[in-house]
Amino acid sequence: MDAEREVLDVLARNAREDIDDIAAQTGLDADAVADAIDALEAKSVVHGYQAVVDWDRVDEGKIRAVVEINVELDRETGYEQVADRIAKFPAVDALHLVSGDYDFAVEVLGENMQDVSEFISEQVAPMPEVTQTVTHYIMETYKDGGIRFEDGDDDDRLSVSP
Amino acid sequence: MRLSDRARTLPESGIRKFFELAEARDDVISLGVGEPDFSAPWTARTAAIDSLERGKTSYTANRGMAALRERIADHHERYDQSYEPESEVLVTTGASEAVDLAFRALVDPGDTVAVHEPTYISYGPGIELAGGEQLTVPTRAADDFALTRESLEAAGAAEADLLVLCYPNNPTGATMTDEELAEVAAFCRDEDLRVVADEIYAALTYGTDHASIATQPGMRERTVVVNGFSKAYAMTGLRLGYALGPAEAIDAMNRIHQYTMLSAPTTPQYAAIEALDRCDDEVAEMVEEYNRRRRLVVSRFNEMGLDTFEPGGAFYAFPECGGDDEAFAEELLEAEGVAVVPGSVFGEGGEGHLRVSYATSMRELKAATDRIAAFVDGR
Repeated sequence: MDAEREVLDVLARNAREDIDDIAAQTGLDADAVADAIDALEAKSVVHGYQAVVDWDRVDEGKIRAVVEINVELDRETGYEQVADRIAKFPAVDALHLVSGDYDFAVEVLGENMQDVSEFISEQVAPMPEVTQTVTHYIMETYKDGGIRFEDGDDDDRLSVSP
Repeated sequence: MRLSDRARTLPESGIRKFFELAEARDDVISLGVGEPDFSAPWTARTAAIDSLERGKTSYTANRGMAALRERIADHHERYDQSYEPESEVLVTTGASEAVDLAFRALVDPGDTVAVHEPTYISYGPGIELAGGEQLTVPTRAADDFALTRESLEAAGAAEADLLVLCYPNNPTGATMTDEELAEVAAFCRDEDLRVVADEIYAALTYGTDHASIATQPGMRERTVVVNGFSKAYAMTGLRLGYALGPAEAIDAMNRIHQYTMLSAPTTPQYAAIEALDRCDDEVAEMVEEYNRRRRLVVSRFNEMGLDTFEPGGAFYAFPECGGDDEAFAEELLEAEGVAVVPGSVFGEGGEGHLRVSYATSMRELKAATDRIAAFVDGR
C-alpha cells in the first residue's frame, strides 16, 4: 500500500490522530506522514476533518432530513449547475446525485422541523429547475460515519486471559 | 471428596493470580487479554442464528460437518497445506481440544515431549495428563524467540518423541520463516520427532505469509496441524477448532473425540462455514487494524526504553522489562492500573519480559502506554 493510502486509512478512522502516532502506526517517518497529508489535501482527496456527532444527545441539538429532489434540465442547465446552486445553502450538509427515482439526495441540517420545512418550501422548491421535493425527517440515527451510536463500552472479556 | 493424584498435582495457571488482581479493581486498562476485541463477523453470527431458527440443534458427524471440512481443506491451500476433507480433517471444540487429542493420540506414558518456552500455558498440563513428560527448550530474545536447531540440541531434544511448535507465538508474537523452519524440520527428521504445530494465529501475520512446518519436505506425514476460528474470526467463545494431519493420526484423534466430545458444537459450525465463505475481507480489515496497533505499541515501548523486538504475528508484543517481571507487573497494576502478564508465566525464557496484548482499542492502547511510560519514568 502506498504511503498516502496508509495515512488516509488511519485518518478515515480517526481524523484526530497526530502525525507522530500516524507515523508509529504506519511505520512511516513523521515527515513522510506530513507530506502525505499535504498531498491528500492538495489533491482534494481530503476535504476537511469533522467530528461524528450524535445530535440527539446535544441540548438544543439539530434535526436532520434527507430530501429527494427531482429537477428538469435544459440546454443551458445541467446537474452540475443545479448542484452548485443547491450546495451554496449553508443548511445543505451533503448533496449527492443519485440513480433511481429522483435526481438529488440532499441532507439538510436545521434547528427544528419548521426550520427545515421552511428552507425546503421557500428556498429549494421555488428554484426553476426543481420539479418535486420529498422530505424525510430522520427520527433516530443508529450509525453514522461508520460508527455505531450506542452507550459506552461493552467489553465483557475477562480482564486477563491466556 | 477424594481427588485423583492427577488432578491434585496439576498446578494452578500462573495467569490466575493476575486475573484476580486485575478483577479486583474497576479502573484497569487491560493489556492482558488473550482474545480479539472484535466480535465475530456479523454474517457469521447471522448464519449461527439462522441455523438455530431452522432447528439445526442435533449432533453433527464426529469429524464435523462435511461441508465445513471441505471448506477448511480449501482454506488451507493458501498456506500450501493440502489435506483430504474426508480423512485428514477433524473439527474440534476449540483448538484446545485438538491439542489435547493430539497429545492423547501421540503420547505414550513416559514419552518425552519437547516444548519451546516461553509459550502458551496449556501444553505442559496437556502433556502431563497424557502421561508424557515435558522437556523445555528455551528460546532466546537474541533469536527473536524463534526456535533453532542449536537450542533443540542444547536442551537434549534429540531424545524427545514429539515436539510442540507454536508459531505465530503466544506470548512473544514471534513468527518463523520457511528457512528457520527448515532447520527445525531437519532436526525432527534426523531425530525422528513427530510434531504438533499449533498455528491458531496463522491468519494474524504481518507483512509476510504464514509458514508452516507441515509444508517442509518429509514433515506432512509426521505433523498434526492445529488451527481454529477463535483468533482469525474473533470467535473465541464459540469454541471451534480443528486438526489437520495424516489419516492415521486424525483417525486416532477422532476415536478419542467420539467418546469424549462426540462432535464439536453444531451452531458454531454453521458460523464457521459462513466465515470461510464470506469473511476474508473482514479478517483482512482486522489484520490491518492489529498491524497499526502493533507498530504503535512496539514503537512506544522502544521509545520508553523497554526493548521490544518486532513481533511478526498474533496480537502480542513482548517488551523486556529487566529483572523481576512479576514484581514489575504487580507494581504497574498497583500504581497505574494497567494490567499486563509477566513473561515468566509462560515459562523459561519469558523472565524479564511482559506480554502486552494489543487486542484492545487504539485509544486504550495510547492511554495504557502513556501510563506505562509514566511508571517507567518514576521507577
